[in-house]
Amino acid sequence: MSDTPRTRVQGTQGRSVLLDVRGLRKHFPIRGGILNRVIGTVQAVDNVSFAVREGETLGIVGESGCGKSTTARLLMHLIEPDDGTITFDGRVVDKRDRAALRDMRRVLQMVFQDSYSSLNPRLPIEETIAFAPWVHGIPKREARDRAHRLLGAVGLEPATFARRYPHELSGGQRQRVNIARALALEPRVVVLDEPVSALDKSVEAQVLNLLVDLKDAFRLTYVFISHDLNVVQYVSDRVLVMYLGKVVEVGPVDQIYANPRHPYTRALLASRPSMNPRQRTTEAPLTGDPPNPINPPSGCRFRTRCAFAEGVCSTAEPRLAASDAVGGGLDAHMVACHMLAPDSGHSKTVLASNTA
Amino acid sequence: MANGTAGTSRFVDVTGTQVPVGGARAQGYWASVWKRLRRDPVSLACAAILLLIFLAAIFAPLIAPHDPYRTSVRFRLAPFGSPDRVLGGDELGRDMLSRLIYGGRISLLMGLLPVVMATLIGGSLGIIAGFIGGKTNMLIMRVMDVFYAFPSVLLAIAISGALGAGLRNGLIALTLVHIPPIARVSESVTTQVRSFDFVEAARASGAKAVTLIRVHVLGNVLGPILIYASTKISLSIIIAAGLSFLGLGVSPPEADWGLMLATLRQSIYVNPYVAALPGAMIFITSMCFNMLSDGLRSAMDVRL
Amino acid sequence: MGSYILRRVLYAIPIALGVTIICFSLIYIGPTDPIQAVVPDDATAEDIERIRIAYGFDKPIPVQYLMWLGRAVTGEFGNSLQSNRPVIEDLLPAIGNTFRIAIVAMFLSATVAFVLGSIAAFNHGRWLDRIVTAFAVAGVSIPHFWLAIVMVIVFSVELGALPAMGMGPDGSSSWQLDWTHVKHMILPVIALSVIPMATIMRTTRGAVLEILGQEFVQTLRAKGLAGRRILLHIVKNAAPTVLAVTGLQIGQLLGGSILIETVFSWPGTGRLLNEAIFKRDLPTLQATILLLAMFFVTLNLVVDVVQTWVDPRIKRG
Repeated sequence: MSDTPRTRVQGTQGRSVLLDVRGLRKHFPIRGGILNRVIGTVQAVDNVSFAVREGETLGIVGESGCGKSTTARLLMHLIEPDDGTITFDGRVVDKRDRAALRDMRRVLQMVFQDSYSSLNPRLPIEETIAFAPWVHGIPKREARDRAHRLLGAVGLEPATFARRYPHELSGGQRQRVNIARALALEPRVVVLDEPVSALDKSVEAQVLNLLVDLKDAFRLTYVFISHDLNVVQYVSDRVLVMYLGKVVEVGPVDQIYANPRHPYTRALLASRPSMNPRQRTTEAPLTGDPPNPINPPSGCRFRTRCAFAEGVCSTAEPRLAASDAVGGGLDAHMVACHMLAPDSGHSKTVLASNTA
Repeated sequence: MANGTAGTSRFVDVTGTQVPVGGARAQGYWASVWKRLRRDPVSLACAAILLLIFLAAIFAPLIAPHDPYRTSVRFRLAPFGSPDRVLGGDELGRDMLSRLIYGGRISLLMGLLPVVMATLIGGSLGIIAGFIGGKTNMLIMRVMDVFYAFPSVLLAIAISGALGAGLRNGLIALTLVHIPPIARVSESVTTQVRSFDFVEAARASGAKAVTLIRVHVLGNVLGPILIYASTKISLSIIIAAGLSFLGLGVSPPEADWGLMLATLRQSIYVNPYVAALPGAMIFITSMCFNMLSDGLRSAMDVRL
Repeated sequence: MGSYILRRVLYAIPIALGVTIICFSLIYIGPTDPIQAVVPDDATAEDIERIRIAYGFDKPIPVQYLMWLGRAVTGEFGNSLQSNRPVIEDLLPAIGNTFRIAIVAMFLSATVAFVLGSIAAFNHGRWLDRIVTAFAVAGVSIPHFWLAIVMVIVFSVELGALPAMGMGPDGSSSWQLDWTHVKHMILPVIALSVIPMATIMRTTRGAVLEILGQEFVQTLRAKGLAGRRILLHIVKNAAPTVLAVTGLQIGQLLGGSILIETVFSWPGTGRLLNEAIFKRDLPTLQATILLLAMFFVTLNLVVDVVQTWVDPRIKRG
């Protein structure tokens, strides 16, 4: 096991679960043909379950098209799931329950990836930030004052920036505005959908640090979505790995990075450029693109790119189960792979326990 | 803290955050449009001509040298420069200059009002269709497509021909002609704007649809819709004149450029240049509107 | 692509039905009782009763519509209130006469516009471009029926070079291909061409400019390889856009021909409509509008399909 101190994870252990997602499913119909009939579905998110504790950061990582952003939008109720429940602070959020939805929208906010299209080009940024409080009944003047305080909090001098328009800001500044906007309703959870992906590396570090600071200052809980493994490692307490709409592995950040169990996670981590140029990766690097999510492979969805794929992988879908290293519970290291299920019939189940 | 500018230490006191007017270089969108338009001599010239025509029409009773309805046998088809008939006389000897000044009233009204009405109706329909999407969109836009399936002049003539002559019927017909194209453009820009994340972000704050449209959609679609609508004014003036020319607008002895052109048509063998005057007014007006809307388009052509 | 074409054809059906509904409703939106609108003023009580039953005016509106549609499909539009002959007998020759000038005007405007628009684009920003652009702006702004009158003034009244009225000498309504008849066509055709010419010119100029802006075209030109190859490339790439606009302009041109035919007393659909309006002959009005609109719907369909077929960039499936 890794010997790095796990202060962040320990700090959140024992805290209550704030966000509980069970069996979330969202399929997008593909229309076509002469009468525009449904000719297929994109299985964007398929039976995804996870929980987020108060005060922690859950990182969600995966290649583009794996359903990360759909998950974020489902959490925000910007789109409605086909199936599954989202429980917030012990209360099931249902779209028919308008009041609950409105409450939930106040305490759950989101930062979007594209800092440009996520700001209204026709509004000065203070109006953008003040909009949500104003919608929730705070007088315009007060809302604007709050916007100014938040601009200060994200490192933008209100006197200079408040009346500016998005096109007068740099990418990093715009993303700070986005963050301020998300904080304007004093939320408890912030969903960050690739918040730094569009930024330069130097700016990325600044914004990441800002996010970490804000989390402490405002006692926030983060769901941090990114395709960047380094970024996720830096900010997360626990990490969830997605592949083609499925959760393939979830666990505390150190365990995932030090001891990845799923072949996909291993390949992902192996494909990271090493800091040490002499260090060569021995794992099979991940090649090719993910398969088409319209018709995902049967059984294990990763099998088409997996070096260990066998017959059982195409017939049975592996279940997400606790690996043998740690017991159950929220901090369990869970993997969905036949090689880790002793009774799956996969010939390499032994190998899995050896490497553990 | 790696980032020196961030964090709770920078929470700024409310009272200290008044924005100095000169300090921010923020400039509104419409202000910048106006600034660009001001530097375009062609647009300015067209705007000046139109302003002149408008003022003349509004203050016609003060400006017109004669009563536009008083006939005179003596000045029947009088040439340019006749005493008391600077621009000649029409087929009943009425003063052409006065009639041209008065004629602007109905001609401009029939050109402009339908575009304004159609922008309100078609714009609302398009924004609703684009924002709600789905079946509502289908329903609204398919109905628009049916009206769009008529050539515009044909539709105007069909409707006002069936309704019968008259100013009100002409206005209704022209409005109906302009609604479908304006609705189409409004729908497409709204659909585009709706797909931007800032609308999602605003939705995530729990705002109602009406608020979303008012605060976040309208500001972004109004520009393109208005530009498009402005290109329709010139067409509207021509079709309106065409309806009057066919006898579908106001009835004689009302002064209206299209109608004057129709009644003077028989006189081209006697005094062709006087007979051509009302058409020249239509041409100038529609040309100025066209060039002004071109100028407006390039002045407003800033990326979203 | 085949599926797109089929879908486009299917999509045209509800549009066409919608068009028939609008045309059907024309006799209902007027100020008069619909039955009064389709019978002559001197009709006897028996006549009115006969028409009431034949047209189903005593039945609910949807039934009336279906009955009307059934008759319209077979070309039965009732009798003209002016001539008291079946509307279709007046309408068919009128359509032929309208198409005679419309088709010539279309070819004229498309050819001239394509050439001038391309020349303008090649001379982008120079005086030749400015002249063409100004001409295009004037062309879409001009009331073409007024231009028709001005042309009559210049060529008929002042110069006496061309006839101002009718389709042939002495108001003849038959047509044959000889100089005296062609002379009658010249002014109407030019007047009809102006608006489509200006519109197509603008489109061509824009399309060619865009192609000239492409990097590899610029490279070719920079290497001095201008000439046939570039020209061919430009024609191939600008054609679909220009074609689409041209197709749509045919419809607008048919609408515009109403006014032009009135000015020149050309015995086409326009004059027919004008007389129908003047005499409040709604059966004629309705039938003429329906046929012209149906033509426009079909035309739109054909343009879309041809464009899909010509333009390799459009992949609609």
